[in-house]
Amino acid sequence: MRVSVTTSVFLGLMASVALGPSATAAEKTKFEFWYGLSGDLGERVQDACKKFNDSQSEFEIVCTSQNGYDTTLQNTIAAYRAKKQPAITQIYDAGTLDMMLSGAFVPAKKLMADNGYTIDWNNYFGGIANYYATAKGELNSFPFNSSTAMFYYNIDAFQKAGIDFKPDTWEQVEEAARKLKTAGYECPLAFNFDTWPLMEQFSAIHNQPIATAANGYNGLDAELVVNKTKFVDHVKFFKKMADEKLFVVKTKQLGMDTVPAFTSQTCQMIQTSIADHGTIGKTLPEGVKWEVAMLPVWKGTERQNSLVGGASLWVLAGRPEAEYKGAAAFLNYLATPEMAEWWSTVTGYIPVTETGFDAMKANGFYDKAPYQGRELAIESLSFTPTSENTRGIRLGGFTQIRKEFATALEAIFMQNADVQAELDKTVERGNAVLRRFEKTYAGQTLN
Amino acid sequence: MDKRAAFRSWWLPSLFALPQIILILLFFYWPAVAVLRWAFTLEPPFGGAAEFVGLANFQEVFADPLYWNSVGVSLAFALCGTLATIFIGLVLALAVDRQLPGSAPFRFLYILPYAIAGPAAGMAFRFILSPERGLMASVNAAFPDFWNPAKYGSHALILVIVVFAWKWAGYTFIFLLAGLQSVPRSLIEAAAMDGCGPIRRAVDIQIPLLAPTLFFLLVIMMTEGFVGADTYGIVARTTDGGPNHGTDVMVYRIVEEAFRGLNYSGASAQSLVLIGLIMIFTFIQFRFIERQVHYK
Repeated sequence: MRVSVTTSVFLGLMASVALGPSATAAEKTKFEFWYGLSGDLGERVQDACKKFNDSQSEFEIVCTSQNGYDTTLQNTIAAYRAKKQPAITQIYDAGTLDMMLSGAFVPAKKLMADNGYTIDWNNYFGGIANYYATAKGELNSFPFNSSTAMFYYNIDAFQKAGIDFKPDTWEQVEEAARKLKTAGYECPLAFNFDTWPLMEQFSAIHNQPIATAANGYNGLDAELVVNKTKFVDHVKFFKKMADEKLFVVKTKQLGMDTVPAFTSQTCQMIQTSIADHGTIGKTLPEGVKWEVAMLPVWKGTERQNSLVGGASLWVLAGRPEAEYKGAAAFLNYLATPEMAEWWSTVTGYIPVTETGFDAMKANGFYDKAPYQGRELAIESLSFTPTSENTRGIRLGGFTQIRKEFATALEAIFMQNADVQAELDKTVERGNAVLRRFEKTYAGQTLN
Repeated sequence: MDKRAAFRSWWLPSLFALPQIILILLFFYWPAVAVLRWAFTLEPPFGGAAEFVGLANFQEVFADPLYWNSVGVSLAFALCGTLATIFIGLVLALAVDRQLPGSAPFRFLYILPYAIAGPAAGMAFRFILSPERGLMASVNAAFPDFWNPAKYGSHALILVIVVFAWKWAGYTFIFLLAGLQSVPRSLIEAAAMDGCGPIRRAVDIQIPLLAPTLFFLLVIMMTEGFVGADTYGIVARTTDGGPNHGTDVMVYRIVEEAFRGLNYSGASAQSLVLIGLIMIFTFIQFRFIERQVHYK
């Protein structure tokens, strides 16, 4: 009896080993794609993968969500070290420098050229491509889901408070906040401690540096300088407004973050990503009038382009040649105008190429609700050609630096810490992160 | 002693022990050695030349005032969390052990929170105890800032300790109830006949006899509070280490440093310090507290 069991198991194993290759030989080349988006946006990525698989018969892409940008980067690192990396991975803006210095990728340009695709690299919006490109302007990864920060306000509330202007400048925002308060609105403007709109976008559109060496593009020896720019005055302004209860802190720790605060009409103005445009439109009750605008600037400021947020797609080194053919085909497929339009429509992310944007404009995509207003994100991103201060932020350990600043804002707004002293301290801590990063990559230079 | 089983050869016992040895090597010593190597080198996350830097990673850790802040926060958290869980577990166990009519379902109910993952509990409590929208919102409306874990570090620390105690009290409860059930009934009955009330009996008979269990729980819960996965999960889901480092416990700091900051070297150095601290605490517990414990 025992013999027959072992024999049959053995035979079964033999059979599966023998049949395995012959059964898969005719199958398509499979390759993996890891991404960080989750929930609704994650499902849209799955749709894109399915569309690609249905569109051709040569390759099969297997898409797996890693549930979050930071976990995708961590898992990619772990997989790469174990030599089990996916062919394509989605890395967020703050992880760009880590990827660039890793030597673990196939440059976008090389991949497409090797596999016989001609891509017009100038077709990418400068404000988007330059964030991910080297200082010389060469793209190493493919811009994928892109957004920028915008200003949202509730028109119904504005009308009730008798405000007849658009909040284009921070002076106007203050005036609007006062009028809203007088009209009985408890929370005219909501903000949280996310540094992305408050520090990064603010600095870019006001042409203020965040760090030396062109925000880190020119070398790993960059040092933070935000404690000496207009950003300090901006935080002081926010602090004054918060003390007068015109600007109100809304965080998840307090019970409600800024976007729900806006969609529940608790608060009347917020700064958040254009990617929330869809959610806000869907969540606000029918009939409530609201609008999206470019982030306000201080009066007399020459507005510059805002920074792109989101993530790009990296093709990792060390995979079999056949997979690169598939990866190139997939990336080429994503870049087609039809896919660009589909992706923007279903997600709210902005198209990354000019032809994609033009095609959508020509189709009348932006002419009516619920998509009206999203074109302002493109306008904001390409308001001026990118300069040293507006190209992007190329700093090592930037996730940690962001967290340091978020903590500083917490200390300033929740515990009344002195603005200048707190920012000085944070810059010092941030610089320590940068120095350690520089030491970790000793001998490497940014190309 | 004379009944001791003895193996005649050396290879058979080795063979039996092998799976266990492999597991320990694979899941304990290997990572420990990797951490050790990392702590003394600087290596880019994707791999590459790992440069030996001696004690630089440790110097950096010790020079950081926020690191010492996190040691203090961790101590407060582990100590208060441990005492709270053991106290709550003890009270519940004593109550259930009286076997009053209808107490049976509670035996089951009190264990339930233990089955809930720490991060999930943290998420739930973040909503329940949120200062503007939760249970305390009405109190805050009358007395502004009476409860505001987003503003005061002490409130935030209380919040994470509450979540920790809520979850782990079920665990101490199981052990303490089992311990109570091995206390001879005759002792309790005798005391009752002499006119001792339930509290007197608990203080004079049951708790002293529970000493070995209480000591065991003290060691286990202190370790859990310091390095438990739940401690990280709870802090990450409720306060994110804030406000202004108010709940920045050591494990949270390590995970943040390693996986958000991609600073594996600094995180490894912190891990080694944490391991050392736990060894010291456990030593103190065995050296000074266990002396008071009588097993027989």
